Amino acid sequence: MSLLALTGVGRDVRLPDDSLLPVLGGVDLTVEPGEHVSIVGRSGSGKSTLLNVLGLLDSPTAGSYLLDGADTGSLGGRRRSRLRGETFGFVFQQFNLLPRRTAEENVAAPLLYARGREFFTRNRAAREMLDRVGLGARALQVPERLSGGEQQRVAIARSLVRNPRVVLADEPTGALDVETGAAVMALLAEVTAENGAALITITHDLSVAALAGRRFRLDAGRLTPVADGHALAAATSDRSEA
Amino acid sequence: MTGLLGTLSEAWGEVRVHKARVLLSLVGVFLAVLAMTTVTALGEIAAQVQQEQGEAFGGRTATISVQAYDPMTGTVPQEQWTAGVEALVARYGMPEEAVATTAYGQALYRLPGGTQTIDTIRVSPSYGPLHRIQPVQGRWLRTGDRQSMSPALVVNEDFLGLLGVSDLSSRPTVVIGGPQPVLATVVGVARWSPGYPVAYRIDESAGDGAAAAAGGPDGYWSPPSLELWVPSAQADAVTGAVQSDLARLLPGAEVMANRADPENLESTIAKLRLAVRAAGLVVLALGGLGVLNIGLVTVRQRIREIGVRRSFGATSARVFSAVVLESVVATALAGLAAVALSVAIVRNLPLEEWLAGGVPLADAPGFPVSAAVEGLVAATAVGALAGLVPALIAVRVKVIDAIRF
Repeated sequence: MSLLALTGVGRDVRLPDDSLLPVLGGVDLTVEPGEHVSIVGRSGSGKSTLLNVLGLLDSPTAGSYLLDGADTGSLGGRRRSRLRGETFGFVFQQFNLLPRRTAEENVAAPLLYARGREFFTRNRAAREMLDRVGLGARALQVPERLSGGEQQRVAIARSLVRNPRVVLADEPTGALDVETGAAVMALLAEVTAENGAALITITHDLSVAALAGRRFRLDAGRLTPVADGHALAAATSDRSEA
Repeated sequence: MTGLLGTLSEAWGEVRVHKARVLLSLVGVFLAVLAMTTVTALGEIAAQVQQEQGEAFGGRTATISVQAYDPMTGTVPQEQWTAGVEALVARYGMPEEAVATTAYGQALYRLPGGTQTIDTIRVSPSYGPLHRIQPVQGRWLRTGDRQSMSPALVVNEDFLGLLGVSDLSSRPTVVIGGPQPVLATVVGVARWSPGYPVAYRIDESAGDGAAAAAGGPDGYWSPPSLELWVPSAQADAVTGAVQSDLARLLPGAEVMANRADPENLESTIAKLRLAVRAAGLVVLALGGLGVLNIGLVTVRQRIREIGVRRSFGATSARVFSAVVLESVVATALAGLAAVALSVAIVRNLPLEEWLAGGVPLADAPGFPVSAAVEGLVAATAVGALAGLVPALIAVRVKVIDAIRF
């Protein structure tokens, strides 16, 4: 049984004129525990929608999405939110750290929604996680005083602090220079692997995509596996046009 | 449990991080609660002053005044009246402190400046508590004073001035003239300023018998009257019962019983309190609008943050309660600070000087707990109401739009 299993997943969006725009169509994808998957695609290809669906932030309008074999379509709002917090960690392109909170408070923030011991030991867990991403000494700094690379490392620590089973990363290096991006991506892959979590990355950066064990291309809402670097390059060739 | 702690922690974190904004939005609530609590407290104290001043003349709520007279001779003989009153009080089982006797009259006092006729009220010791008389010097009359050969007096400050003394340290005495002069002792001074000297004299003393034997009383006295302090609800029933029962105990006498305390005082004070409260609520509502306004602006600026929190697993209910609690935590703190300042202000004001002309209150109310509680409850309620609309907006935020992958 796969950790995540999408079968024929589609997502239509209702437009202001009441017509339906298909954003995703017939997406099939399985992800196993600890696996690293990358998805590349041009702007408007449906990458964000796919990540929203995977992270239980959005629901498909067609097909099925099984999480640990259980259909997510029948989940109520509360259960869905809880499952999201327990299962997924998110890394955003723009970091999305909570302003004016220290790095430690930011990393501890997801544990505010945990229960029992996890909740009460959240600050200690946050400090340990910051140590793991090499920012233990900057735990009390607010994001405004951290560099882009440091902010993304805080975001990585935050995404992993609840020991999620899947980390969803959207252009994790998109706002960083090449060198910093490579270091951050290597750290993300390493720490995720140490935690035994699956990592799903959306990226335009071929070197980032190449780090994944399995690579996919998303084009006009259709997901297709990519076998080699040429196909990967083709998938992102429109980047400069976009 | 962790859900509640987490929500509170989130709310407190928000208040802490946005101190300047929170403080700004709370100025209105702080001032409103301060004004409301202070005015309510002052209103309570003013009402107490009003009540005590009213009761000083007419007696406490409710006081029934009973008089009897003989249609043939004018007055009912003293012994007959005393026996009748004792039988009545015994029949009703009334406690001693709820029954007082009074007789208004005038007596001749031999003062340093010459003999003078002065208004005097002969009263039983229970008259003082019944009329909330609080001596500013010395003490009020006691039952034990009846055993003294020298009648005890409580005088007003005008009377004390005529004695040529300013306090009771010299244990002043005064001779009351009459067929058999008697030396009276001033045991207390009450603040009552009708503009002329007045004295309260103990209703009976060991020396009275000698005066009577010498040929008459030492002054001119109206027929005595009886005062009964009864619960408000029973006032009408007691008035009717006393009238008929005492008439039976005093054959041939006409008995009149009527309510002596200002009957509508309670409703007047209730109206005063209501008006003060209404004014406070209007001020508070204005403060609440300020909080709501800033809350609305802020929640729109925090849409991304709300989206991020949803990605952590925050449920709609959690987002809603966190936003409401932010507002509640902030306004409750503002309310607490306002109540504390209000207590400090009210306690340090010379209220008795301002409101009661320096007359000490028998039951000085202090800072009314009800005003403090109302202030805190009102501040919290305003926070909850003002947080409601921003919380609804926060819940309706579309997570995917807020995060924008």
